[in-house]
Amino acid sequence: MRLTCPHCGVRDAREFTYRGHAIALDRPAPDAGESAWDDYLHNRENPAGWTEDLWYHTPCRTWLVAERNTVTHAIRATRAASERPS
Amino acid sequence: MRYSGLRILAEGVTGNRGWRPVWRDPEPKPAYDIVIIGGGGHGLATAFYLAREHGLTNVAVLEKGYLGGGNVGRNTTIVRANYFLPGNSEFYSHSLKLWEGLEAELNYNVMHSQRGLINLFHSDGQRDAFVRRGNAMAIQGDDAILLDRDGVRRHLPYLDFDNPRFPVHGGLLHPRGGTARHDAVAWGYARGADARGVDLIQNCEVTGIDIENGRVTGVRTTRGAIMAKKVGIVVAGRSGQVAAMAGMRLPIESHILQAFVTEGLKPMIDHVVSFGMGHFYISQSDKGGLVFGGDLDFYASYAARGNLPMKEHVMEAAMTLMPAIGKAKVLRSWGGIMDMTPDGSPIIDRSPVEGLYLNCGWCYGGFKAVPGSGYAFAHLLALDRPHETAARFRLDRFRTGRGLMDEEGTGSQHNLH
Amino acid sequence: MRVDGYGQIDRDREIGFSFDGAWLKGHPGDTLASALMANGVRLLGRSFKYHRPRGVLTAGSEEPNALVTIGRGAGQTPNVRATVQELYEGLEARPQNALPALRHDLLAVNDLFAPFFGAGFYYKTFMWPRAFWERVYEPVIRRAAGLGALSGTADSARNERAWAHCDLLVIGSGPAGLMAALTAGRAGADVILAEEGSRAGGRLLAEAEEVGGMPALRWIGSVLEELWSLPNVRIMERTSVTGAYDQGTWGALERVALDRRDPGLRPLECFWRIVAKRAVLATGALERPIAFRDNDRPGILMAGAARAYLHRWGTVPGRRVAVFGNNDDAHRTARDLAAAGVSVTAVIDSRKGVDLKGDFPVFAGATVTGTAGRHGLRSITVDEGGKRHRIETDALAVSGGWNPSVHLACHMGARPVWREEIAGFVPPEDSVPGLIPCGAANGVFSTAACLADGHRAAALALEALGKPALKPELPDASDDPYRIGALYHVPDKGRAWLDFQNDVTVKDVKLAAQENFRSVEHMKRYTTQGMATDQGKSSNVAALAVLAEATGRTIPETGTTTFRPPYVPVSVAAMGAGARGKGFAPERFTTSHAASVERGAPMIEAGLWYRPSCFPRPGETTWRQSCDREVRMVREAVGICDVSTLGKIDIQGPDAAAFLDFVYTNSFSTLREGRVRYGLMLREDGFVMDDGTTARLGPSHYLMTTTTAAAGPVMAHLDFVLQALRPDWDVRIASVTEQWAQFAIAGPAARRLVNAVLDEAIDDAGFPFMACGAVSVLGQPARLFRISFSGEHAYELAVPARFGDALYRLLVSQAEALGGGAYGLEALNVLRIEKGHITHAEIHGRTTAFDIGMERMVSAKKDCIGKSAAARPGLTDPDRERMVGLRPVGAVKQLTAGAHLFAEGAEITPGNDQGYITSVAYSPTLGSYLALGFLKRGPERIGERVRMVDRMRDVEALCEVTAPCAFDPEGERLRG
Repeated sequence: MRLTCPHCGVRDAREFTYRGHAIALDRPAPDAGESAWDDYLHNRENPAGWTEDLWYHTPCRTWLVAERNTVTHAIRATRAASERPS
Repeated sequence: MRYSGLRILAEGVTGNRGWRPVWRDPEPKPAYDIVIIGGGGHGLATAFYLAREHGLTNVAVLEKGYLGGGNVGRNTTIVRANYFLPGNSEFYSHSLKLWEGLEAELNYNVMHSQRGLINLFHSDGQRDAFVRRGNAMAIQGDDAILLDRDGVRRHLPYLDFDNPRFPVHGGLLHPRGGTARHDAVAWGYARGADARGVDLIQNCEVTGIDIENGRVTGVRTTRGAIMAKKVGIVVAGRSGQVAAMAGMRLPIESHILQAFVTEGLKPMIDHVVSFGMGHFYISQSDKGGLVFGGDLDFYASYAARGNLPMKEHVMEAAMTLMPAIGKAKVLRSWGGIMDMTPDGSPIIDRSPVEGLYLNCGWCYGGFKAVPGSGYAFAHLLALDRPHETAARFRLDRFRTGRGLMDEEGTGSQHNLH
Repeated sequence: MRVDGYGQIDRDREIGFSFDGAWLKGHPGDTLASALMANGVRLLGRSFKYHRPRGVLTAGSEEPNALVTIGRGAGQTPNVRATVQELYEGLEARPQNALPALRHDLLAVNDLFAPFFGAGFYYKTFMWPRAFWERVYEPVIRRAAGLGALSGTADSARNERAWAHCDLLVIGSGPAGLMAALTAGRAGADVILAEEGSRAGGRLLAEAEEVGGMPALRWIGSVLEELWSLPNVRIMERTSVTGAYDQGTWGALERVALDRRDPGLRPLECFWRIVAKRAVLATGALERPIAFRDNDRPGILMAGAARAYLHRWGTVPGRRVAVFGNNDDAHRTARDLAAAGVSVTAVIDSRKGVDLKGDFPVFAGATVTGTAGRHGLRSITVDEGGKRHRIETDALAVSGGWNPSVHLACHMGARPVWREEIAGFVPPEDSVPGLIPCGAANGVFSTAACLADGHRAAALALEALGKPALKPELPDASDDPYRIGALYHVPDKGRAWLDFQNDVTVKDVKLAAQENFRSVEHMKRYTTQGMATDQGKSSNVAALAVLAEATGRTIPETGTTTFRPPYVPVSVAAMGAGARGKGFAPERFTTSHAASVERGAPMIEAGLWYRPSCFPRPGETTWRQSCDREVRMVREAVGICDVSTLGKIDIQGPDAAAFLDFVYTNSFSTLREGRVRYGLMLREDGFVMDDGTTARLGPSHYLMTTTTAAAGPVMAHLDFVLQALRPDWDVRIASVTEQWAQFAIAGPAARRLVNAVLDEAIDDAGFPFMACGAVSVLGQPARLFRISFSGEHAYELAVPARFGDALYRLLVSQAEALGGGAYGLEALNVLRIEKGHITHAEIHGRTTAFDIGMERMVSAKKDCIGKSAAARPGLTDPDRERMVGLRPVGAVKQLTAGAHLFAEGAEITPGNDQGYITSVAYSPTLGSYLALGFLKRGPERIGERVRMVDRMRDVEALCEVTAPCAFDPEGERLRG
């Protein structure tokens, strides 16, 4: 598996650390309530198909979001996690 | 049809023409008391214990492919009861006891072999954590023995004790740990459930779950609609997708775990050996193949296949720990879909929908749990209250933080358990 | 038996080798299998279950029968396919899985019991009595099972792993592969041509054909010459592509020096990861046998293999050879053998109306229905429309047709597609992204068609790469059609083998169907069909044809099992190359490593780091003696300890204070410049992640320390917070762990020692507890922190790493002059346990701030990572196990880590389990064992007695519950 780091270009997956779904970008407000935090921390759509997930390119320390297919492992786009989609 | 050595002799001399089908291929009936979605190990065991323990036989198991085609037929076959947190401890202890009577119960040789499992440790801190675990096992009534380095050497002389990156300081021996023939477990439960009247329906994919006024009424399948008073979801890595049919989002992320088998070799490894520093575990099957595995590939996936980095890492762990297997050749590698939860422990519970029950979140430890899980889930389905060994496998523990069973101590990130 | 004038071996030179104790001769270019065939050796091995005699079946990596063990000692390699092993001088091969000898295998008795040993018989028996499984049945089964044996000693051979990158990977170098490589090479693409065999050419090496108006061998030579001349083409021989992975990554195994007795500095094997923008699958096809009664005897081999042995190695399996097939290709074997002067005893074709002329009897519409010959074929029985013929023959060449080698195309889950006209599976469309199948792998069989298809595939790939192909120059070649009349097994009452190695017969597959193991996966798993070392390469299609027939379905309805990597077996040593011994993980050394080793300190692993456990002095015989002395030294004089392994993170920017307030539970915006504060960090799920001190070096400049173990995860976490959660903050962070060497100077004489090395002395007023600042040591800039893990008046002095060794030696010698010295991890641990300070033994991922008594450190005034989740009811339940200290008060004075805690007098049951011990030390300061542990409602129970139970070490002790801090709870020594 190979991913595109926004800084370093295409790299083998062994350079990356996986975190999970990109829902982690949408941290609830402190007072959002138990169920919002439960959804943020635990519950997942867990799609069989296209998803967005978070990867860390360890050598250059960039967090990135990959649009990736969980069935085929195809990756159609990656972007730095610091860039929010408009 | 009862199996025995005598039966084999009798059939052998009469041309083996008398062997009957191990299970029927029934057409689905319009309605059942209980429908179990998923004909893997856990679903088949549930069906068996529903019939055996609760006398409930108006039950169907719906399997989208072939019986036992999921993780029960694709694992490293390890059976153990070496957990240390309340909840897991009593559950796996019970499951192991069921394993120990399984051949007699099923009249099927699942080749459960208690060859002993050794978890190696490599530092004082790891030793103390294993002592805590061993004590929990002993207090639970299970068996654990602390081995020092020489103790490990006596059991596993082929390890590299001279120059490994992480020297072996000792190990925790679990003598009742071992392996079983994975397919046989699924087949034995299927045969037992079928013989008691449960309908096992293959090539029947559930496409929808019918809910009226918050209560489940049945399922829709590729072989037509089936009404049911109760529905149990037991679909491992596919839990998220099936639960979505009932409008639920589960605390589960599906991940790949790879495993490997080598060519047949004369016996060398008698135990199950687990190398914590390298996330590597190995045993040798009765056919002679070395069966081993490592950690998850770490990314969410339904592909049931993995990539090279973890394959190579597993081989690296093998080479530093037991370079004596360097000349063994890997014949086949495979990947299963693991239903990873945020604490690495399972869920056997009611769902928010009345009559709809969940059995999921086995992460990559589901094989050894098959008897205990089937037993407890049957209890829940039949009596609508949890079995005492699975009372802590609650769905709401993540929301409340009560009774989390994070054996690895890695927190709510699904793939780290 | 050699045939004069045939073969591509070097007959002028001889190679001596041995098999089963007999010394034999072969030639350069031989495989072990061809050399054995030339020597008339037919019996090579025994089958897995019935221990039936077996000989060579194929001429390639798909060989199921001819497995041998090569070498001795650490070099002993089991399960080597004789058909792949190249011959070398002194090669020593031994048969395996035969007891005591190949010709007299006692386990051959199994064959007599075959009626009772059918598919899955073991699931139905060996159940009684229960204890017999582990004690009797299983040991017997295990000893009988398995093929070859490992030596039992460490594999010391050299292996390698490597990377390669290219535009186009061409897999296979038969006519299609060569043409594809040539087309792409000429167009300027970076090409890797991977050939499994020892020479490029593929099937052309095994046939008598002309290509481009010249003998095929000459054409291959000319193509290779051109390819070698192209700098953009790399030819990798002896390289099997083993697996298809995501984004154009391929695994490949190169047999670098397996053809040598002494590889010298060359690796035996190299495992390649080849990254290719596009790939061409030109893997050819594998011939499949036909199942008929006793079709497994030595001397029965594939028809294509017989041609390969003749044309490539100049050897034949016997003086008299019969041919049995269901397709025209089989006729070539008869013609070629006859032309070479071999007596072709019969050609049996299952099809009627076959047009074949030759100097041999032809039986059309006939089948082979039986064979005879215990250790090698002597005769066959032919059924010709009910008429039986017995034909004396030494060998039988069989062809059931050709299976395209679709394996790699199916590694990503695609299922192959059945093509009735060739009676075989071909790769589906879009099987593996970027992979283009061609030639025989694609169901295209004639040489001319393969050449054209190879060009087509390369042109397609070039188009995708934006490098147009040049006009094709396709050489002339044979274009004979491939005609086949499907025949998978000859109906018979006897046993007809499908999977030769695992002894799966037609009967077994039928029994599986009879018992309702109708799914192809059930059949496979029940019978073990296709699970042998060849993974069913030649047997799977016939087996599922038999299953289809038994279940009344078509072959495509029946489906295939899953194709899984690797395509050929790969040694653990090759794929794990470089990891043996210390190669498994990096080793991290501190700057004081050499000095510590010189002082005789045992170095122990701490994650990837090595740290000294203690510094034994003359007369000290146990680590405890050294440790006790070092503890007293710190408490009474001064000790030096390298703490550089702690993670150090430099944090700068206008929003640095806000950032730290967010990642720590407590506040850092309120920290004054020149001061240090202890911080507690949570995971977002509310549990403790890490702790450490952070110093404010300037208005917008902080230096954070983490624990050794968490340095990496904390760095990734901080990056996540900054990049993913608060990209709006202007903060930059960098790990400076390796840039600074840092030493703890702890003890009553700490300031004296510090002032001895500082250029400007400090005092308590200018440098109070928790102060920090820039200092100068022997003219070099340094940083000083007045912090203490030991509970003593202490400092940590940090210098650029290049000065670490010098400073450490200086500090230790100065400390020794003051009655102190270096202390190691053991003493460090005792000192912190005396003080009740936590490490990852306590913050093990399941403990909260509440559990460790730090709930008040979670600031109510601000949000922080983990704060919301930490407020969950389950995380603040007073019934949780919370940290306490413990001290033995009964007769047993020993405490042990990992022990569990029970109320005094309570029964030892899981329900009564009250907690556990995490850390234990013998405190020389207090003259007692001390422990830290977690106890239900711990802080409420101080003064209570509890019972410690350690079943693993057989220790029980009565303890008193205390506060975690056992020494100087007021912290007076810190401030003095």
